[in-house]
Amino acid sequence: MTMRIDPADPAPPGLFKRLDPAVLTAFGCIVALLLVGSLYSTSFLSPGYLLQQLQVGAFLAMAATGMMIVILLGQIDLSVPWLVTVGGMMSTAAAGYGPWGAAFAIPAGVLCGVVFGLVNGVGVAYLRIPSMIFTLGINAVAQGLMILRTGGSAPQDMATPAMHGLATGHALAGIPNAVWIWIVVGAVTVFVLRRTTFGRSVYGIGNREAAAYLSGINTRRIVLLAFALSGGLSAFAGVLLAGYSDKAYQGMGDPYLLPAIAAVVLGGTSILGGRGSYLGTTAGVILITLLQSILSVMQIAEAGRQIIYGVVIVAMLLLYGRGPRVGS
Amino acid sequence: MRDWRYRFDQHKATLSAALVFVVIFGIYAANHPAGFSANVVQTAANKGVLLALVAVGQTFVVLTAGIDLSLGAIFILADCLASWIVIGSPLMTGLGIVGVLLAGLACGAVNGALVIYGRLQPIVATIATGAIYFGLALALRPNPGGDINGDLADALTGQGPGGVPVSVVALVVIMLLVWVPFRRSVLGRAAYAAGSAEVSAYMSGAPVARAKFLAYCMAGLFAALGGLMLAFFTYSGEASSTNAATYTLNSIAAVVIGGVSLFGGSGSAVGAIFGALIFRTINDLLFVFDLDPLWQPLFLGLVLLLAVSLGSLRLLRVRNRLELFGP
Repeated sequence: MTMRIDPADPAPPGLFKRLDPAVLTAFGCIVALLLVGSLYSTSFLSPGYLLQQLQVGAFLAMAATGMMIVILLGQIDLSVPWLVTVGGMMSTAAAGYGPWGAAFAIPAGVLCGVVFGLVNGVGVAYLRIPSMIFTLGINAVAQGLMILRTGGSAPQDMATPAMHGLATGHALAGIPNAVWIWIVVGAVTVFVLRRTTFGRSVYGIGNREAAAYLSGINTRRIVLLAFALSGGLSAFAGVLLAGYSDKAYQGMGDPYLLPAIAAVVLGGTSILGGRGSYLGTTAGVILITLLQSILSVMQIAEAGRQIIYGVVIVAMLLLYGRGPRVGS
Repeated sequence: MRDWRYRFDQHKATLSAALVFVVIFGIYAANHPAGFSANVVQTAANKGVLLALVAVGQTFVVLTAGIDLSLGAIFILADCLASWIVIGSPLMTGLGIVGVLLAGLACGAVNGALVIYGRLQPIVATIATGAIYFGLALALRPNPGGDINGDLADALTGQGPGGVPVSVVALVVIMLLVWVPFRRSVLGRAAYAAGSAEVSAYMSGAPVARAKFLAYCMAGLFAALGGLMLAFFTYSGEASSTNAATYTLNSIAAVVIGGVSLFGGSGSAVGAIFGALIFRTINDLLFVFDLDPLWQPLFLGLVLLLAVSLGSLRLLRVRNRLELFGP
């Protein structure tokens, strides 16, 4: 006897069932953090403070978006620190070339990041070098180039008014411009990942590259494109950051690698690729930003922050980031 | 005769790394303004041994097809810890050294436990634990400083009889005591097997989990040995995030240059030592040939990129595109 299946009842599962438990956990942690923070100071729940956190989080969100696309492929991009710096430094450098340079400062910075990202993509997709080591190498090369540029002389490193406005202004409805940018980039990413061939191919390659290849996907081009996107987004984070602090400097991208990976992984994206949602990454970014903010408000020293960071990430990974058992 | 050929093939990567090192070091010594002298060798050896120790640690993990991105942080943590406890009477100093090494071993054991028993991906797990270890180092030494047993430091960084650098002797002794027994043990063989084909090794009854765990512990131990050496060279401890990142990156570069496959299962720690020495000598060559110091980071980055790109030569042997995608 078979179960009767009602054809009219393939109802979409409820909202809570559709949501990844990891994403729910991440949002739960955000609420918990806010509650802990509000015990410490009531200003934690004020809209002004929350908007400011979102504004700061937007820079991390750019880097994390690129990182997420790469991680969905089952790869990783460890060149984020110096690509962020490349973005900041090259955009401010372009600003030195008169009014035309200033007008094209932002695209120039992003374009440099895309170029580095393309090299990453060629190494990973066409030369088939493990992304972890190749992107580390590109990070070192980018670092070398930036040191070469800034070391001997004091080049132009001031942000243009446009960059400053983009990162710190409030053009619309009292919400920081950086948050608007985050919303736009987020919406585009969701559309690309869910509704385009590129996005579905990214998930396919992340699940099983050989199968994706056999189904006719040009896997190498998709990987190349994903790394270029990641490079461009990292550089864009650098552009915003340079606008925020009004100048570009060496090492400005250093505090972005671990948080970007952590935000993606805490948001429930599988580090092995093929699984994860942008909502989760958003939650991860907010979670990391709030954690950083609360730790600094409580005046915990850098040492303690690093330790708590590491412990929280390991704990979250143990909760839902575990791989399959060998031999089963 | 057949046996000889097989053994030669197995050690080809290590032998070519050694050959490259001899050639490069020859060029370096011949062009050094002070000429080929015991002092030149001593300085070069001391810098080389630091990286070599961390690279040997990385080799253990890479052989099992893993990676440890926290080694730079363990290296710095050991340095900072040594600047507190490796001082005083010979007994106190000895206990201090044991303490530093145990700390390194513990860090490695945590990594191993997370990766093997916690089933986390080595990349993410060790990036996260690296943050913890670096935080601990920063807590120990918020500002550079501290002190270390000066007599022992001078002895270990100086020259022995005949002008042989003591640090190299120490490295050789450590390798004879740790690497050689490991290579010949069941666990060592299992580590190679696990890196080559984990499931097959498991099915053949090799102690895969224990071997991998041991590899991470050894990586922590060798990173701590490197940190201890760093403290001996600098007479102090400094929690430098730049150094931590640089040594992590350079240890991977050294391993790759030394002919250890990042996919696991092939290569040797001896090769990694030569890889480290090659990497360091290239750095020194830039000094000798008066290259602008500003160009150095870029040049080293390019060397690293080129070295890892050599791995793609295997693409020439691939006949079926599907082989590219792995299991």
